[in-house]
Amino acid sequence: MGGAWLRFAAVSESGRGLRGRTAIAGVGETTYFKRGQSPDPEFVLVLKAILAACEDAGINPREIDGFCSYSNDRNTPARLANALGLSELRYSNMQWGGGGGGAAGVVQNAAGAVLAGSADVVVAYRGLAQGQYGRFGQGGRRPAISGEYAYTIPYGVMSPAQVYAMRTTRLMHEHDIDRSTMRAVALAAYHHAQNNPRAVMHGRPLDAATYDSARWITEPFRLYDCCLENDGAAAMIVTSAERAADLSDTPVLVLAAQQSGGHRSGAWVHNPTDYATSSFKLAAQHLYEQAGVTPDDVDVVQSYENFTGAVVMSLIEHGLCTYENANEVLTFENLRADGGSLPLNTSGGNLAECYMHGLGMQIEAVRQVRGDSTNQVRNVKVSLSNAGPMVEIASTAIYGTAEVLG
Amino acid sequence: MSALAEGTYLPKGLTQPAPMRDGLDLPYWEGTREHQLRVQRCADCGTHQWGPDWMCHACQSFEVEWVAVEPSARIYSWQRVHHPVHPVLADHGPYIVVLVELPHADNLRMLGNLLGDPMQDIVIGSDVEAVFEDHDDGSPPFTLVQWQVPSS
Repeated sequence: MGGAWLRFAAVSESGRGLRGRTAIAGVGETTYFKRGQSPDPEFVLVLKAILAACEDAGINPREIDGFCSYSNDRNTPARLANALGLSELRYSNMQWGGGGGGAAGVVQNAAGAVLAGSADVVVAYRGLAQGQYGRFGQGGRRPAISGEYAYTIPYGVMSPAQVYAMRTTRLMHEHDIDRSTMRAVALAAYHHAQNNPRAVMHGRPLDAATYDSARWITEPFRLYDCCLENDGAAAMIVTSAERAADLSDTPVLVLAAQQSGGHRSGAWVHNPTDYATSSFKLAAQHLYEQAGVTPDDVDVVQSYENFTGAVVMSLIEHGLCTYENANEVLTFENLRADGGSLPLNTSGGNLAECYMHGLGMQIEAVRQVRGDSTNQVRNVKVSLSNAGPMVEIASTAIYGTAEVLG
Repeated sequence: MSALAEGTYLPKGLTQPAPMRDGLDLPYWEGTREHQLRVQRCADCGTHQWGPDWMCHACQSFEVEWVAVEPSARIYSWQRVHHPVHPVLADHGPYIVVLVELPHADNLRMLGNLLGDPMQDIVIGSDVEAVFEDHDDGSPPFTLVQWQVPSS
């Protein structure tokens, strides 16, 4: 399988590329709340997450000199720098697009800034208090709309589930993908959440019968196929690999990070050239080439669940299973951290830990490399985490140990 | 092609469509009022295009025209919505959304509701025909393009 992933130009051999030259020095998050239950304003949540990540890294917060976020985050770098009393702000960056398409792209952007010498300590962050602002799962209320939404909202297509359901139906139609794959994704997430005290669904296990009998949201998605809505914030500290090595004996290296859009993937009214896709077909090839690894090397996977059907697409498009064997490979037993062959979403992910627009799943990928996950997979060297499948610009990243560099 | 006999598929009170301020898609919305289905076609290379844009994605020409196409299509994908996310739909019950492809226009895709029984079986690949759903009481008046399986 390796050859197919190496057909792109050898970026790393040209002296460019992220591979192992930057690192995640620290990670942090607030308490994760159900939507509307945060006692803190959203901005305070972001500040707390940043301080937690700095403490985790052993870095003075005043060393921060750059910020990257995504999904049009309301908490701007200028306001954060003011609040934190930073002496210098050298870099700020936003990945466009709604949802969590940028949760790995934000690492790409931060790492690129560090690599270029634009900044030394860059925070990748996301804050979200859907109780204090609009809910993603609710439709528009304005009297009239123009542009792309004029072709969808008047027909009752408003929520993300309604926007993305038909891609999953088409996937199942084209490739005979069984609903059991989607159930396995949901069961694995809830299984892992039971060991994760941070998880909103900790103490609330899910069994197959409950999944099967849950109400429809929109066919083919039942309730447990859909991500949560939460309040909270998360942050990651991106530095050079050298700085990270000063801070830790076992730094977590960014092996690759890549934004992801295919031919006309943002075409209006469901007109991307390739429809039943997570948008990772091209990006995954760049990702593995950049990291210098193949799908066979991946020890553990965090695959963003906006909806379970998108996870199936993402795993296939990352080469972790195929259209032909997905129904056999994607079972609850295989997806468990405790003994599965393809450990998936080991924090509980967006379904059962928290929907922090996927940044929590990047953090979990880092924890798996450090060896301090609540569902630790044995001997992790290569840890993959993707973000925002099906959205206009998705993203995906691989973290790993220095051992991988050889 | 036909007009909806009575009423509308979804209840009144949902957000209504409006042409874009820069004029890009005004011909589409004007066409629906005349019960005509219009899409873009490049005057230089002949490629059909949807959604609307100022440039032909195939040859980067700005000479993009509007043409009427046969209002018939095939079901490409579908969903049956059960969980309402708008107060107007709270007591409405399930409704069907279809994504159709236009075989007479390079298989461009359009989205609409599938008229008829909301619990009907839906078969990908089925032929459907456009139904123009007038909202003469809109502000301003507008027309939606819906789809239905032709009666045999």
